[in-house]
Amino acid sequence: MSGLEVQADRAPRSRPFSRHRRPRAAETIAAVLALFLVLAAVLPDFLAPGDPLGIDPLGAFQSPNFTHAFGTDESGRDIYTRVVHGTQYSLVIGVAATAIGLSLGIVLGTLAGMLGRIVDFTVNRFLEVLFAFPGLLLALLFIVIFGPGVATATIAVGISTAPGYARIIRAQLISVRGKSFVEAATVLGRTRWQILLRHILPNTLAPLFVLATLGIGQAIVWAATLSYLGLGAEPPTAEWGAMLSAGRTYITSAWWMSFFPGLFIVLTAVSATVLGRSIDKRMRHA
Amino acid sequence: MNEAGLRAASTAVSAAVPAATVENLRVHFGTTRPSSPVVRGVSFTIAAGECLAIVGESGSGKSVTARSLLGLNGENAHVTADRLDLAGQNVLGLTDRAWRARRGKDLGLVMQDALVSLDPLRPIGREIADSLRLHTTLNAAARARRVLELLDAVGLPNPQLQVRKLSGQLSGGERQRALIAAAIAQNPPLLIADEPTTALDVTVQAQILNLLEQIAHQGTAVLLISHDLAVVSRIAQRIAVMHDGQIVETGPTTEVLGAPQHEQTQRMVSAVPAEKPRGSRLSPASRPSDSSRTAAVGPLAHGATSPIVLDARSLSKSFRRPDGTKHLAVDNVSLTLRRGTTLGIVGESGSGKTTTARLLLALIPPDRGEVTVCDKPWTTATQKSRRGLRASVGAIYQDALGSFDPRWNVADILTDALGNTPGRRSPQITAALSTLLDEVSLARSVLQRRPLELSGGQRQRVGIARALAARPAIVICDEPVSSLDVSVQAQVLDLLDDVQRDRGLSLIFISHDLGVVQHVSDQLAVMRGGRIVEQGPAEALFASPQHAYTARLLAAVPRL
Repeated sequence: MSGLEVQADRAPRSRPFSRHRRPRAAETIAAVLALFLVLAAVLPDFLAPGDPLGIDPLGAFQSPNFTHAFGTDESGRDIYTRVVHGTQYSLVIGVAATAIGLSLGIVLGTLAGMLGRIVDFTVNRFLEVLFAFPGLLLALLFIVIFGPGVATATIAVGISTAPGYARIIRAQLISVRGKSFVEAATVLGRTRWQILLRHILPNTLAPLFVLATLGIGQAIVWAATLSYLGLGAEPPTAEWGAMLSAGRTYITSAWWMSFFPGLFIVLTAVSATVLGRSIDKRMRHA
Repeated sequence: MNEAGLRAASTAVSAAVPAATVENLRVHFGTTRPSSPVVRGVSFTIAAGECLAIVGESGSGKSVTARSLLGLNGENAHVTADRLDLAGQNVLGLTDRAWRARRGKDLGLVMQDALVSLDPLRPIGREIADSLRLHTTLNAAARARRVLELLDAVGLPNPQLQVRKLSGQLSGGERQRALIAAAIAQNPPLLIADEPTTALDVTVQAQILNLLEQIAHQGTAVLLISHDLAVVSRIAQRIAVMHDGQIVETGPTTEVLGAPQHEQTQRMVSAVPAEKPRGSRLSPASRPSDSSRTAAVGPLAHGATSPIVLDARSLSKSFRRPDGTKHLAVDNVSLTLRRGTTLGIVGESGSGKTTTARLLLALIPPDRGEVTVCDKPWTTATQKSRRGLRASVGAIYQDALGSFDPRWNVADILTDALGNTPGRRSPQITAALSTLLDEVSLARSVLQRRPLELSGGQRQRVGIARALAARPAIVICDEPVSSLDVSVQAQVLDLLDDVQRDRGLSLIFISHDLGVVQHVSDQLAVMRGGRIVEQGPAEALFASPQHAYTARLLAAVPRL
């Protein structure tokens, strides 16, 4: 018997090795960058001990040099200090806006996916109307109604991303709802709420974390856009979009004023995207 | 069947030269470090007009052996042999180009899943004509004539109509016939059929086997590959049993099946469920404690005297088709299940078995009729009162993997089934989990694994453990062993028999496989087109089937 272990019933390799794949160079760089940004957001004084609002009229418009690595602006404020201190605004806005969009999306998507055809139809038409507007226009509309500011800009960006999330959640929910493990839970006598909370929502939302990572990068860009338009954070706040806007006037003479905030917006968005994609890949293979 | 067409399909290979000669074939995979060989020294010959069957469980190396004859083992494969001849010519180490010239001309291949083997966007006539276009000088008109001839030869009615159909518009059996037509299009001296009937209904399976047998009669050598001894025994003249990369036993079919010498052959012979009496063992004892039970097969609660635990009266259910017409999936079905007995429901695909199972589980409401469980209303009850009764009705599914939440490991699945929050640990839960695992003969080590990391047999054991956790009186099994190899199927059937005996369970066993149903059932219902065409005590029904359809099903069951 010992030599005749049942061949047909061999268990698959316990863990696919793709999960332990070595990270690519781009992924490593993105991770280091993300770490730097988080550090800048949490402990800005550790990376840039100066005052982001402290002016020095005599030292205005300095190009990048040894004392001011990123140069200074029209009031002599150190751009490096401002960029580092501005990270917290951008990250908080990005994360908060994504959280708002995701929460709204979960509520709308779950309503549509779980409550039968009438609710599904209504929510869907509502989403389609929202989709008809470009996301930024929707955000602008919200700001027109509630006035500019960091908080309104954040909420505006959150709202404008919500329809996309809602639609993905609804589709995912409907596919999970029809899976046979949901039926198996019904056979075991679980209530609808138990099935929703234990099986349907977790299996719907797990793939969404990847999307949310990608979404943070997008939200940061949008928030910066709103600030650039003067509808988010207002100067002299050290917010990247607002700094970009302030530098616009001097772009021919003092390029560093808009270049470095712009560079950080790009780097943040790229690192969030690269990390999001790599998490997605690993989860798919696992 | 058109005799002329089949004659055309045969070739004038002189009988003296075997269609294939294989000596000491060895195959291993991997590029850098030498991995353990998958095929270790396999030798056989097939004469023209002969049908040789290679039989073995998954992983025994039978498909790799067949693919070596086609040069289809891929770039990672290292194939060596003392001899590898097709129709007297060496084919070992041929280049890709040389292989392409031979495939289709010197040998044809029929695979298990015709749906994926045929291009879904091209008419089958074009698919068949393709190989003629590549390897012959026939012009378009001659090719079209030959295609019609071939379709007629493989028994597809109205060939003129069929050539224009896409593979998705054909039934499983028709697709398999089309695939065979494509494989024999150029009269190859050798036809390799790899599990050609595994996905088919029993009656269709019988027809395809007959067709292969006829092809062999016309002079083509047929190499048949299967995991099921009963299937091949029907047409193979010789059988080679493979195990662990080697042929462990070979000989004429009657000898191998009549007096199996090797342990592996004996196991495979005993695993065939058809005509094994109810309650007899199909697999060797896997636990020491089992041996005592094997010897003393206890009496089952038989007969019409035990109380009725589930009663279904005149169930009907229809669905709306996409074009708006109604499809009556279940039509006036009445069933009774008595305590401690097994009610088998057998039928081919589309007969309404699975809809019946879903109605019995109250997952969908019937249009008419009702089901009572232990004399309490079941389908007519409110969701809430039914939930109280859910614990007494368990279910086992065909696709065990899909029936588990992919985020959970086995411990979570069973903890949940026991009525606790998954992830919670307590001495009581641990003890209950151990008892459950013992009952289905699984090791403790599976608890931390996810279903994806388990084998097919282990998954179904977890499925059975989950169904048993709530201590049900009734378990409804929908095709519980259909996706398993015959030998694993034997173990799972034995396990179901054990738990039924130990717990006095009442089972409803749904399957397309009459052989399996025959082995497990006390009562039997035969379904066709949504109706029950015949039902009664299993023994009587098998001894003298009243309905013509039952008789036909019965005749088609592969047996040794």
